[in-house]
Amino acid sequence: MRVTFTANGKPVEADDVWEGESLLYVLRERVGLPGSKNACEQGECGSCTVYLDGVPVCSCLVAAGQVQDREVRTVEGLSDEQGELGLVQQAFVDAGAVQCGFCTPGLLVQTDALLAKDAQPSDNDIREALSGNLCRCTGYEKIMDAVRLASARTCERATSE
Amino acid sequence: MSTRTIQGQKNLQNINQASKDGIGGSPLRPDGNLKVKGEFAYSSDLWHEDMLWGMALRSPHPRANILSVDIADALKVPGVYAVLTHEDIPGTKYYGLEIQDQPALAIDKVRYHGEAIALVAADHPETARRAVKKIKVEYEVLTPITTEEQCLDPETHGYVHEPHEFKSHGYGNICHEQKLVSGLGVTDEVRALADVIVKGSYEVGMQDQAFLGPESGLAVPAEDGGIDLYIATQWLHVDRQQMAPVLALPEEKVRLTLAGVGGAFGGREDISMQIHACLLAQHTGKPVKIVYARDESFYGHVHRHPARMTYEHGATRDGKLVFADCRIVLDGGAYASASPAVVGNAASLGHGPYVIPNVKMHAIALYSNNPSCGAMRGFGAVQAAFGYETQMDRLAAELGMDPVELRQLNAMSEGDFMPTGQQIDSPAPVAELLRRVKDMPLPPPLDTEHLDVRQLPGALSNTSHGEGIVRGVGYSVGIKNVGFSEGFDDYSTARVRLEVIGGEPVAMVHTAMAEVGQGGVTVHAQIARTELGVEQVTIHPANTEVGSAGSTSASRQTYMTGGAVKLAAEAVKQALIEKGRRRYGWTQHDLTLTGGKVVSPSTGALVSMVDLLGDEAIDLTREHHHRPTVPFDKETGQGFGHVQYTFCANRAVVDVDIELGLVKVVELTAVQDVGKALNPLSVVGQIQGGCTQALGLAVMEEIIVKDGKVRNASFTDYLIPTILDTPPIPVEILELPDPHAPYGLRGVGEAPTVSATPSIVAAIRNATGLALNRIPVRPEHLTTEAPGPK
Ligand code: FES
Ligand code: FES
Repeated sequence: MRVTFTANGKPVEADDVWEGESLLYVLRERVGLPGSKNACEQGECGSCTVYLDGVPVCSCLVAAGQVQDREVRTVEGLSDEQGELGLVQQAFVDAGAVQCGFCTPGLLVQTDALLAKDAQPSDNDIREALSGNLCRCTGYEKIMDAVRLASARTCERATSE
Repeated sequence: MSTRTIQGQKNLQNINQASKDGIGGSPLRPDGNLKVKGEFAYSSDLWHEDMLWGMALRSPHPRANILSVDIADALKVPGVYAVLTHEDIPGTKYYGLEIQDQPALAIDKVRYHGEAIALVAADHPETARRAVKKIKVEYEVLTPITTEEQCLDPETHGYVHEPHEFKSHGYGNICHEQKLVSGLGVTDEVRALADVIVKGSYEVGMQDQAFLGPESGLAVPAEDGGIDLYIATQWLHVDRQQMAPVLALPEEKVRLTLAGVGGAFGGREDISMQIHACLLAQHTGKPVKIVYARDESFYGHVHRHPARMTYEHGATRDGKLVFADCRIVLDGGAYASASPAVVGNAASLGHGPYVIPNVKMHAIALYSNNPSCGAMRGFGAVQAAFGYETQMDRLAAELGMDPVELRQLNAMSEGDFMPTGQQIDSPAPVAELLRRVKDMPLPPPLDTEHLDVRQLPGALSNTSHGEGIVRGVGYSVGIKNVGFSEGFDDYSTARVRLEVIGGEPVAMVHTAMAEVGQGGVTVHAQIARTELGVEQVTIHPANTEVGSAGSTSASRQTYMTGGAVKLAAEAVKQALIEKGRRRYGWTQHDLTLTGGKVVSPSTGALVSMVDLLGDEAIDLTREHHHRPTVPFDKETGQGFGHVQYTFCANRAVVDVDIELGLVKVVELTAVQDVGKALNPLSVVGQIQGGCTQALGLAVMEEIIVKDGKVRNASFTDYLIPTILDTPPIPVEILELPDPHAPYGLRGVGEAPTVSATPSIVAAIRNATGLALNRIPVRPEHLTTEAPGPK
């Protein structure tokens, strides 16, 4: 089948998609957006998290056919047109929250969604929001730092505007 | 001595400050931007026009004879390009890290659940999956050899490898063994010298590295008949060394380039899909990509050895250790992998960082029909630490002493001897680490007034509102070796090039080091900046065009490859200065490179590097070897076997719901001596990550193997800590330079994984009064076990 949807604001289409393919597979293998990662493909690790119509989902659990005419935003869409890092991305780099980085794309999307809802989450809020995203390298401390930093910068930006 | 305290909250202020980018600073990762943009190419992201997907058929049985393999139906599936069995292997059929006992594809028998039997290459992963299902294998299923008792009685239960089949270091189903005796050993006379004796039996479950990036890579057949493999691995050169004979190619025709690695922790030290992808590419003449699914990843790599241990410690009334007797049995599974070296580590480090006058040890690794075990962070030292640290707590209880004091009283320090007879010739601040970890402020008690259930054991499941929750505190300390031991010539190679690009002096660093997330690439740039006084450093992709870097394991890469980068950069510096001497006739002996200039401390800047270099590049390669070690004597375990030791102390605070058996680690504190922190941000990140894997082993992580079959090959059933399970991990680092190491540094990554587990279990014991002799501690242990110590 053919699947047509919007990825990071641009229309994309994929041909010869087998019905069993996931959105993750289509993004990674068919439309050239390998940023979302394939760590479990069972909805357990969160590495494949993308926005689907503004809501973070595990793209490995979304059947390709389900995204017809819908809007997907991936980690690649968190930077601006010029490739400048988004605020959450920058915070992860600055805080040393990236080691192997395989968990990072999913965590970035989930954090972005968290801060959009609540710019000043408590530590418990952060832990709850990110509890579906496994990271094997960092011990999460620096991820907590990154989210707190992103939160601080989001608030700074809000007051300066 | 300097120390730093870096805690979550404080870190936030430091982050915004500019740091200097040489060693001791914390510049940001050179690959960080790519990684957060999703543009960093991991091995599973690779793509090639016209590429095929490879997949393996794996055995459902842990032990069986293969009577026949019929690939005819699989070959008929449209879109299938090749179906291969061991008969299609052009070269030698066996490989292995230390013992070549593992067939690249099963030959006539399978020895573990998940062993690869045949391979398929197809145009779509689903096509490959369907074709794999159509391969018909006829088995004669045999009773697997899975327990210690069965393994040690081959006459009754059989051999995992028939005696004529393999070149094991041991005999029967013993893959390797190491004994150790020091002082008077442990005899009845020695026992009589102790006032108090404690004995215990301990068990450690099978832990998995569970890196997130699945095993994957892309093999591309080359025009010269060779092959190019883009691969996530820990050691490019040792992969190639094992691959080339199987592919019947000379080593120079097997070219490996490191593709992005999503974590490793020892699980990529062995070959997984490397040979398979290359065989398929050779046969089809097309690029072949293999990406393991998560269950296949659990089958496809070696795990941490599960262990059964008995310990006996004797001490005087005032707490001085008199003797220790220990037996460690590691289940190595079907193939040797790194088992011999793991045994060496368990035997030599198995008594912990303590001075014990009389010691006996017997460590063995078994062949069994369980999954193969090999390298994992902590490498043989982890299992033992659970044993000896539990013993320390028991001994303290028996003597009515404070457990930290008992440890400090017996702690080794510089100048003391290991049970192997090796004198510790660099700082060993064991007592100091314990003092500091004890002095760190404790977290506040549970605030029952303003309770947020998310802080409690059971957390989001809302299982408690504070009732039945008991808090406990536990301590531990551990010892780990750095680098490869027992006479292995463990070296690394680095190439450094200095040239002028765009009017700036630029250094390029080229090594074959596998960056698996640890941050070696950051540190290499820091070293080049420091030695060459330049700002711009580029890191060349890691590949086999430069000499071996050795493995990214054993906490050795900063020491070894960092050391090689330092040597190469120093050589470049000398060559540049020499050039200046020839041109300008400088006579000073104290010239350095700083800020892009050749500088004399006495007379100031002499010339800019840009002018001195002109359009010439200086490009030099150096190898770094560490000081030699020797193999341990087989019977006595004596010998200068390890290059360097590293120590970490921990304190764990836990809350336990004693009704439901749920545990929440409230805080896990670490104090570690790192010799010199080349990059404090990365060092702390390594320690926190290491502590978290230790937490996993303490309370949740285990591959459940029943009758040789893996029961939980998924992230649904094999649990690793989430951000909710992981507490704040305050870290304090000491920097006591090791005179033998580059910059005085000490390997960092593994020590916390060794030491942190026992502190968590000790804290749970402290909260519950239970014996807890097995890890991971699971809810059923907390609700049904007897109080200890028994
Ligand atoms: S890959 Fe989708 S949740 Fe793990
Ligand atoms: S950084 Fe490696 S999994 Fe998170």
